[in-house]
Amino acid sequence: MAAAQPKPRFTNAAREALTCYLFLLPWGLGFLAFVIGPVVASFVLGFMDYEIVTPARWVGLANYIELFTDDARFGMSMGNTLYYVLVFVPFHVIIATLLALLLNQKARGIAVYRTLFYVPSIVPIVAGAILWVWILQPEWGLINSTLRMVGIEGPLWLASLTWSKPALILMALWGSGAAMIIVLAGLQGVPQHLYEAAEIDGANRWQRFQHVTIPMLSPTLFFILVLSVIASFQVFTTAYVMTGGGPAESTLFYMLYLYRRAFVLLDMGYAASMAWILFVAVLALTLIQFKLASRWVYYEAEQS
Amino acid sequence: MIRDQAVGSQQSREIHPSARGQPLRRLLERGGTQLLLVLGAVVFALPFVWMVSTSLKADRQIFAFPPIWVPDPFIWGNFPAVFIYAPMHLYFFNTLLIALAHVFGAVFTCSLAAYGFARLRAPGRDIIFMVMVSQMMIPYIVMLVPLYLLFAELEWIDTFYPLTIPAMLGTPFYIFMLRQFFLTIPMELEEAAIIDGATRLRIWWTIVLPLAKPALATVAIFSFMFAWNDFTGPLIFLNTREKFTLSLGLQAFMFERRTMWGPLMAASTMMIVPILIVFFLAQKHFIQGIALTGIKA
Repeated sequence: MAAAQPKPRFTNAAREALTCYLFLLPWGLGFLAFVIGPVVASFVLGFMDYEIVTPARWVGLANYIELFTDDARFGMSMGNTLYYVLVFVPFHVIIATLLALLLNQKARGIAVYRTLFYVPSIVPIVAGAILWVWILQPEWGLINSTLRMVGIEGPLWLASLTWSKPALILMALWGSGAAMIIVLAGLQGVPQHLYEAAEIDGANRWQRFQHVTIPMLSPTLFFILVLSVIASFQVFTTAYVMTGGGPAESTLFYMLYLYRRAFVLLDMGYAASMAWILFVAVLALTLIQFKLASRWVYYEAEQS
Repeated sequence: MIRDQAVGSQQSREIHPSARGQPLRRLLERGGTQLLLVLGAVVFALPFVWMVSTSLKADRQIFAFPPIWVPDPFIWGNFPAVFIYAPMHLYFFNTLLIALAHVFGAVFTCSLAAYGFARLRAPGRDIIFMVMVSQMMIPYIVMLVPLYLLFAELEWIDTFYPLTIPAMLGTPFYIFMLRQFFLTIPMELEEAAIIDGATRLRIWWTIVLPLAKPALATVAIFSFMFAWNDFTGPLIFLNTREKFTLSLGLQAFMFERRTMWGPLMAASTMMIVPILIVFFLAQKHFIQGIALTGIKA
């Protein structure tokens, strides 16, 4: 009896492990075939010249060298993307925070306002893009019509070298509602007693905001900052649908250029090396942000 | 309860020296907040109103200055007109089909894997979990080129397979969310079932899935919305018009008929309305989704 007992226990554990592996199997298959395989292949492809019609040829670092020394569009598309990131991200974080602060007040119909602010962020991106092409239409669009009513002749927006990028950013900011909901959740997680304590200590409204709200909210803001940097580096669909990269390639963002290289020019090796550069750049930026985070992000657990 | 707290904080305010003159100030603050809310709401909602208004107008009212907000008369013709220029019914059907495959993957495959990660012990399981979590950090574009080549090799280009099969095998984000939820379900029910000799598959199906309905609804909605909105995938993997999704079809429609704003706005409205219906039917699951990702902490 005593000798027999360990055996079934062992088979039970083995059976549980087997069951576990079987439960993970579908995801595992997908992971091997559609994730790990392609990632490795992509890395290798970056060192090859492969234009589909001709057999792949090993070229070493040639793609990377060409990108950095002999491709004006590479630098330009990266510059356009940086412009987009540097303007969009601060506005995005600030607007999301302001809206959340506004919604965190006691006022009539808060639920309705929350819905109104949030809904644009779930609009299908192509439908939203088409709507905004119409809104930004220079002659009959909503924005320029409104401006004309107060006597201002608006810019050509998507057809203007100067205004094409701001126009795309404006449209993207319309979708700040998702980040707003996250900030709102962060705001509602700030313990009420901290405000009360600060008030008893004689802190006025601004001081309470500065010394209670901002530190307590900083992890949430950091989270949004990191995510919106990652996402905005990959801006693609709005530019593809609304401007096609124009005018004069002023909205040729990095992803759009990568797409053209890969799927218009069928320059697969070159595009793969471009993807890795973007990945490494965004990864490095994210790590830097984490490094800098200790200076301004407040984590309660560390203090206690 | 909430009311009591409010009264409490009011009292503490009254002790404060600067309490004098507060009613007026509070009134101004309330008014200011309300004003800003209304302004914000107008800015965020006007594009929608403009879209619907344009879709219901005749051309001579669409191209008018100053802009006309209320169509006179209401014209419904832009909606049927869309179907003349673009096979919207096919786009709807294709998009729905792909979205349902995504929902299937999220609800069944992902919850299966999530159950494995949450409840079943196996050597290396936690390492595999870490691998899955890091999968979430790999950007799609790094895989895009080889994926295209792989699907070309499999002769999957211009079929729905590239847009459905990977999703049906599971998405790490949904697996992660469901695992977090499963960890909050008390184990007693499952333990009783194990003693009764039920298999794990049976427990997953008859006990865990019914208990996890709110979380399943959340991942179902997320995956549906992702598939409904996705543009890059269809753009790269589909070629023939009959196979287009709504996103791709709408983009092609605008590319060809850039000035037909009435039908274009009607088409955009038709693409947005299903998403809005899903949202209004399931608002709380959107909030739940945010809570499940653990962002709050």
